[in-house]
Amino acid sequence: MNLTVEAKVENIDPLTNLVNKQLEAMGCSPRVQSQIDIALDELLSNICHYAYGDGTGHVTVGIEEIAEENAVQITIKDYGIPFDPLAHDDPDVSLDIHERNIGGLGIFLVKKTMSDLRYEYRDGCNILTVVKTL
Amino acid sequence: MDVLLKRDGDTIVVSIAGRINTATSPQFERELIPALDGVKKLVLDMTDLLYISSAGLRVILTAQKIMARQGEMILRNLKPEVYEVFEMTGFVDFLTIE
Repeated sequence: MNLTVEAKVENIDPLTNLVNKQLEAMGCSPRVQSQIDIALDELLSNICHYAYGDGTGHVTVGIEEIAEENAVQITIKDYGIPFDPLAHDDPDVSLDIHERNIGGLGIFLVKKTMSDLRYEYRDGCNILTVVKTL
Repeated sequence: MDVLLKRDGDTIVVSIAGRINTATSPQFERELIPALDGVKKLVLDMTDLLYISSAGLRVILTAQKIMARQGEMILRNLKPEVYEVFEMTGFVDFLTIE
């Protein structure tokens, strides 16, 4: 299944609901579903906020089951500024409350909870492939 | 997401239901932060919170900083999925979770 929507924050929830329907059909546990929902929120919000600068553009989310690996593969594509979300250093999660800021925590959560993440820039597209074992 | 506030003197219990994510965290912030004025004890009841993403963590961090100055903040009844997010991000080190 492939879904293309305008890259706007208000489209994240409806998109996530459609992905959840697919995940339920695959027999995905509520825990894994929450982790995937969080990952989608982090990755899609980055695209909505930054991929197109002050302009607008689209984002495509594809979802497919990899039955032989009991996993789901989610592909997120945008056509904006080249940006590898995986290329940044992880935040220091041992800092105390006064030194804490939230920058980078979202992607860090995605890296911790997903089974595999791959980024490529191809044909003017940022393509992020997320694999999660069910 | 639904936020329900119950005030009892200088204690406030805030029950959060649904998802705290990029779309809902501005509403969470608008309802929670102004309500903390003069509060000495804040209880966040997360019984019906399905998950929280980093957008929500920012609001939790703001609330914790305010309450550390004027009293205490306690998080209650977290689902494992919610606890996991606080654990992975190291927030468990400075939050009070019951």
